[in-house]
Amino acid sequence: MESILNPWSWYVSGPLITLVMVLLLYFGKTFGMSSNLRTMCSIAGAGKFADFFKFKWKDQLWNLTVVAGAIIGGFIATQYLSNDNGTNLNPQTVVELQNMGFKNSGETLVPDEIFSIEALKTPKALILLIIGGLLVGFGTRYAGGCTSGHAITGLSSLQKPSLIAVIGFFIGGLIMANFILPLIF
Amino acid sequence: MKFLKFLLVGIFFGIVLVKSEAVSWYRIYEMFRFQSFHMYGIIGTAIASGILFLQISKKGYIKNIKSANIFVPKKENGLIRYIIGGIIFGLGWALIGACPGPMYILLGTGTYSMIIVILAAILGTFIYGILKNKLPH
Repeated sequence: MESILNPWSWYVSGPLITLVMVLLLYFGKTFGMSSNLRTMCSIAGAGKFADFFKFKWKDQLWNLTVVAGAIIGGFIATQYLSNDNGTNLNPQTVVELQNMGFKNSGETLVPDEIFSIEALKTPKALILLIIGGLLVGFGTRYAGGCTSGHAITGLSSLQKPSLIAVIGFFIGGLIMANFILPLIF
Repeated sequence: MKFLKFLLVGIFFGIVLVKSEAVSWYRIYEMFRFQSFHMYGIIGTAIASGILFLQISKKGYIKNIKSANIFVPKKENGLIRYIIGGIIFGLGWALIGACPGPMYILLGTGTYSMIIVILAAILGTFIYGILKNKLPH
């Protein structure tokens, strides 16, 4: 039980994520979480504005069900399968973040400085969440996939477009973490 | 009942991503600062086991639920959309520390402000849909 309650090591976690892909392929579907954003646009009536959203979204209900499950899974994992030991970060990371104004790094999954309800009372956190969401939502559809569709499924099936996309993910991530975040915080 | 298996896969996915700490904003930051092997280990072993599975299934040993071959859709060829779209995605990924899977999972862990991120991501996808024909692909 202790080994379940503690964080799982990378060599257990990686293959288990692939098992998600394998199960979905076995059920005749594919592993791609960002497609759901397009489906939700369609359901909300975005087809009136662009043909990109005119498709049979009912065929995507299985994927929205995966989303519903993922939310439940997140709840189960934190409520019943975790001790509150936090994340074992590199001490250097913790110091670095502290200097940027992030307290208690690793004690929670996300920093209170951006995500807490308290922080939302300041325009800064709210603007960051909105910009972050816009970038992810726009970028993932432009690139035709996200971490699950390109990095896991695409690279596992040795597809060149996915390799290019993942290189792009890393260029963007490196720029944000190394150059832009230090300017914001 | 048809959907139950997808709900269960989703639950499993959510649990794995929380327990692996892949939903942690800090883990993503640490990865992009090259200060930990953890995320590289996860992504690396995921891809390695994925390649292994798909190579074996290609030989026809593994069939899907309908007894047909395992099928992975091909991404269309291109360069600009993948590199530019990828960079835009990466900027957002490192800012909010969550990609489209973890967004929902974090909502389940009690990070309610993720609703704002999800709504903004839906809006971002909508903006792409509107501009699609004007963008280079």
